[in-house]
Amino acid sequence: MQPSAYGEGGDGTRVWDFVRDSYQQILFASWQHLSLVVQCLVLATVLAVVLSALVYRSKTASALANGVSAMGLTIPSFALIGLLIAPFGFGVLPAVIVVTFFATLPILRNAVVGLNSIPASVVESARGIGMSRFRTLATVELPMAWPIILAGIRVSAQMVIGIAAVAAYTLGPGLGGFIFSGLSRLGGANAFESVVVGVVGVILLAIILDLLLVVLSRLTTSRGIRV
Amino acid sequence: MSETQTIQNSAENVSGASILLDQVTKQYPGQTKPAVGGLTMEIPAGSIVMFVGPSGCGKTTTLKMINRLIEPTDGAIVINGDNVTDMNGDKLRRQIGYVIQAGGLFPHMSVAANIGLVPKMLGWDKDRIAARVDELLELVSLDPTVYRNRYPKELSGGQQQRIGVARALAADPPILLMDEPFGAVDPITRQRLQNELLNIQAELQKTIVCVTHDFDEAVKLGDWIAIFNEGAQIEQYDSPERILANPSNEFVENFIGSGAGLKQLTLNRVHEVEQQKAVTAAPGESPEAVIARLQEAGQQNVVILDSRGRAIQWLSQRQLSRMQVISDAADPNLPLVNEQSTLNEALDAMLVASTSAALVAGRRDAFTGLITVNTVMDAISAGQAAAQGDGDAPVGLNTGSIPQISDDDAPVNAAATDRHAATNTEGDAAAAGSTVAATSENASRPRDDAREPHAENHDTVNGHTTTNGHRAPWDETRRDSSATDRGDVGEENLTETRDRP
Repeated sequence: MQPSAYGEGGDGTRVWDFVRDSYQQILFASWQHLSLVVQCLVLATVLAVVLSALVYRSKTASALANGVSAMGLTIPSFALIGLLIAPFGFGVLPAVIVVTFFATLPILRNAVVGLNSIPASVVESARGIGMSRFRTLATVELPMAWPIILAGIRVSAQMVIGIAAVAAYTLGPGLGGFIFSGLSRLGGANAFESVVVGVVGVILLAIILDLLLVVLSRLTTSRGIRV
Repeated sequence: MSETQTIQNSAENVSGASILLDQVTKQYPGQTKPAVGGLTMEIPAGSIVMFVGPSGCGKTTTLKMINRLIEPTDGAIVINGDNVTDMNGDKLRRQIGYVIQAGGLFPHMSVAANIGLVPKMLGWDKDRIAARVDELLELVSLDPTVYRNRYPKELSGGQQQRIGVARALAADPPILLMDEPFGAVDPITRQRLQNELLNIQAELQKTIVCVTHDFDEAVKLGDWIAIFNEGAQIEQYDSPERILANPSNEFVENFIGSGAGLKQLTLNRVHEVEQQKAVTAAPGESPEAVIARLQEAGQQNVVILDSRGRAIQWLSQRQLSRMQVISDAADPNLPLVNEQSTLNEALDAMLVASTSAALVAGRRDAFTGLITVNTVMDAISAGQAAAQGDGDAPVGLNTGSIPQISDDDAPVNAAATDRHAATNTEGDAAAAGSTVAATSENASRPRDDAREPHAENHDTVNGHTTTNGHRAPWDETRRDSSATDRGDVGEENLTETRDRP
C-alpha cells in the first residue's frame, strides 16, 4: 500500500499504537461522550413527552409540532453550534443545548404520532371508569405510545452521537475533540490516528447505545403490546 | 312477568340504584337541533333498561350523560335521589360501571391489572384487589389461575368482553352502563354472553342501562325497552311484552320489524313452560320391549339416552320395528334445546328438524323432557294476553325538544306537547297505560311535572340544583321539583339563595 498523504500510517499499526498510548484519554472521552448523549437524551425525552402531551389533543398544534421538528432537522448542527457560541461562549452548555435540541425533534415527532394513534375507544373507556385526563395520559396513553416514543429515542440516539462529536467544536466534552484536533493538524504526528480514533469511537458508541436502548425497550414495554 | 317483580324489588334488596334524567338536554354548538332534547326518564333500580333506536338518534349520548362522559347542556341527573350533575365527574364515574364494545381493555395491562383499576383508584389494598379480581373472574366464568396474568391480545373477543364486564363490576357499582357491549362478537358468543349477563344480573340485581341497535337483543335482555327516535325522542318506553304486542306508533312498528309474534317467543325460556314426559330407553335394549312400553304409554317415539342421561337418538315405533337392537350411535340432527334456550330457539330447532317437538336438555346436557309445538303456541297466546294488562311502566318523555320547534310562541308549545302526549296515549286503547299515562303513582306524578311548565324548564333545573348534596329518596327530589315548578315565587327565592355566597 502506498504511504498516504497524511503521514505514514494507514496500515493500522500506528493507530493501534496511538490507542495504546492514550487509551485512558480515549476511554475518558468516550465516557464523557456517552454521558453527554445519554443525559441529553433523557432531557430531550422529558421535553418531547411534555411538549407532545401539550399538543396532541389539537390537530393544528400537532401539525405545528411535526412541522417544527421536520424543519429543525434541516438546520446544520455545525451552524447552530456556531450561532450558540455568541450567547453562551465555549464549553459544555452550548454542546448540551445543541445535542438536546436535535435529540428532542425525532422523539417529539414520534410521541405526537404515538399519542394520536391510541384508539379513541381506549381513551373513552379510561375516562368512563373514572380516570382523570392526567391519569389517562400517565397510565394509559403514554405507556401505550411508549414503543413508538422509544423508536424515536433510538433514532435520536444515533443522530446525536454524531452531533455530539460536532459539538466538540465548542470545546465541549467527548470524542469530537479527537476528530477536531486531528483535522486541524492533518499531516502532523498522530493527526490521522486521532481522527480515526474519534470516528471509530463514535461508531462503537452508537452501536453500544443502540444495544442499551434495545434492552431498555424490552424491559419497559409491556408484554401486552410487544410486537 | 318480570316487570312487576322488578318494581317490587326496587323497594327491597336490590344493589342497583334508580336513575332519573330530569329534562336533560344536550345541544352541541353549531347544530340547530339538540342531540338529546329535554329528556325526562326514570330508570328503576335493579332492572335492565335497553336503549334502542336508529344510528345517531342520541341513545349513546343519553347513556354517556348518565355518567357525564358527555356533560348535559341542561337538566339534571339524579341517582338514588342525589343530584350528581355538579359532582366531580371522575369520582362519579368510579361509582358507575362502564362497558364498551370489545371491552375497551387496556392492551398494556394484564387482565388482573385491568380489572383492578377502579379498586386501585379507590384506594383498596393489594390483597383486597387480588381477591376481588379472582372473584370477578369466576363470576364471568373464567378460571383466575389461567387468565389472571394474561394480556388482552391473548384473549378471544368474547373473553375480552367478559373482562370488560368484570372490570366494570370491580368496585361493585350500583349502576352498569353498557354501550353496544356485544356488537363486536360473533352470534354464538353473543348469545352466550347475553345469557351470562342475565345470570350475573339475577345474582347482583344492578341497574343496567344498555345501548343496542339490535331490537332482538333488547327484547332478550331488557326488563324495559326505550325506543328512541332522532334527538332522543322517546317513542315508546315499556316492557318488551307490551312493546311487541302494542307498538305505540308506526315508528315503533317499523323498528320492531316483521315477526313481532315470533320475537315474543324470545321472552320465554324453555324451563318456564311445561315439558312433556317421554319414554326413554338405553342402547342395547330389545326393540320389542321398547315398543311394548311405548304402546303402554300411548306414545309414538322413544328417546334413547346414553349412560350419562344425554339424548342420543329419537326413534319412532316404525324405526324401532325395523331394528334388531338399539345401537349407541348418536344422531347429530336431533332437535335439541337447552332449558335456558328461548322458545324461539326451540321452535327453530323443531322447524330445522321438521319435527313437532324438541328434546330438552338440562344440567350437564341430561335429557329432561319434550317441548312441543303446541306448548309454544300456548305461550304466544299467553304472552299476548299478559301484554294487555295495565301498565306500570317507568316514565320516559321529552319536553324540551318541543319548544325547539318554535321557540317564540308559548301557547303553541303547550299545544304541541299535548298533541305529543295524546298521540302516545291514543295509539291503542290497551296501550293507554303503557307509555306515559301510567297507572302507578310513581309514574303519574312526574308526568304532571313535565306537562305543566314548558317555559320553566330552566327553573326546574335550578330547583334541582338546590337539592344537590342532601340525600333523599328520589321521590322526594321529584316532589321538590314539582313544587318549584308550580310556585314561581318559591323558585325565585331558591335561585336567589343559590346566588348568595
